[in-house]
Amino acid sequence: MAEKSNLKKQTCAQSTRKMSAKKKKHFDVSFYHDWCKACGICMAFCPQEIIKADKNGKPEITDTDSCIGCRFCEIHCPDFAITVSDRKPKRRQNDV
Amino acid sequence: MTIPAQALRHEYLRHNKKFPHVWCPGCGNGIVMGALLRAISSLKMDKDEVVLASGIGCSGRMPTYLDFNTLHTTHGRALTFATGVKLVNPELNVVAIMGDGDATAIGGNHFIHAARRNLNLTAIIINNSIYGMTGGQYSPTTPFGSKTTTSVYGHIEQAFSIAELAVTAGASFVARATVYHADLIDRLIKQAITKQGFAVVEVISNCHVQYGRRNKLGGAVEMMTRFKEQSITVSQAAKMSPEELEERTTIGVLADREIPISTEEYKKVRTRAREMKEKV
Repeated sequence: MAEKSNLKKQTCAQSTRKMSAKKKKHFDVSFYHDWCKACGICMAFCPQEIIKADKNGKPEITDTDSCIGCRFCEIHCPDFAITVSDRKPKRRQNDV
Repeated sequence: MTIPAQALRHEYLRHNKKFPHVWCPGCGNGIVMGALLRAISSLKMDKDEVVLASGIGCSGRMPTYLDFNTLHTTHGRALTFATGVKLVNPELNVVAIMGDGDATAIGGNHFIHAARRNLNLTAIIINNSIYGMTGGQYSPTTPFGSKTTTSVYGHIEQAFSIAELAVTAGASFVARATVYHADLIDRLIKQAITKQGFAVVEVISNCHVQYGRRNKLGGAVEMMTRFKEQSITVSQAAKMSPEELEERTTIGVLADREIPISTEEYKKVRTRAREMKEKV
C-alpha cells in the first residue's frame, strides 16, 4: 500500500514537472496613457500584432496572453509610456 | 535583460519637469534618451559621476529632463564645454549630446578638433538630416535633392557623412546606428562610454514632421520601416560594391582603435616638466 502511494506521488511529480516545462511564460504590458502621444510605433511593430488603438488612438491590449515579451514596444517608446513585466501570480482574488 | 521603463522613469528622470516631454509624437530623440539611460544604468554609474552637455536644437532638450550633472549650452558648443569639464576633472564621465546641425554646421570646427585631440569624451550625435526646431532648414547632412524650407526645389549640395568624418578626423571609436535598432544604440553607447578616447556614436533619427512630410516619406512608422530596410551591418557592407551602397546606411562599429589620449599625455607632460624644474 505504501509502495503504491509512493509510486503515485512520483508519477504525479513527473507529470507536474512536464506541465511546468510546457507552461507558457506570461507578461503584463502596462500603458501610461498620461505620457502617451499616440505616435503608433508600438502598434505598427508589434510582432504578435496584439496592440490595438482605442478610441483616442492610444494603445491597448485585449489579448495579453499572446504577448511574447520581446519588449520592442518598451524600448522603442519615445515617451517612456510602456512597461513590460513578467506576470506575477495573483495573491488575492481581487488583485489587478 | 532590459531594464524596465518604469524603473528608468523613477530613477533618472527629473521629477520637477513637465512630462510628457516636448518632442513630437514618434520622435527618435526619446528613443535615444531611453537607450542612453539603459546604457548608463547597466554600467551602474553613480548619477554624480556623469556629466551631460548639449547644445541647441531638439536634441539639446535632452539633458534638461535627466537627473545628472547637466549643461545646456550655446549652439554648437556642447563639445567645448564638455572639454572644459573633462580637463578640470578627468574622473568624470562626460557625454556630449548633439544634433546634426549642432555638431557639423556651427560646431563643425569643435567636432573635428575634439576628434583630433582625442580627449576621453563621448559624443552622441542624433542625425535627423534637418534643422527641426527652427522650422525645417537644410543642414549639412540633408541628402542631395531633398526638399526643405530653404531648398524648396530640391537641395543642391552634397551631404556630410558624420561617422566617416569622425573616422578621418582621428576619433578612437566611431559607431553608427538608427533609431529602429534601439538595442544596438544601447550597446554602442555602453562601448563608447567605457572606451578610453574620443568616442562618437551617430544615431540616424527620424524627423517626420519637418523632413518626412516635405519629402513624402510618411510618418514615424514609415520612416522607421525605411531605416530597417536600408540598414546593413559592417560585414555585409564589406561584400557590396560602392554602387549598391549608395542608398544604404552602414550600422555597427566603424572604427575602434588605440590612439594616445590627450588627457593622459597631459599628465605625462606635467611630470616631465616637474622633473626638468627640479634639475634646474
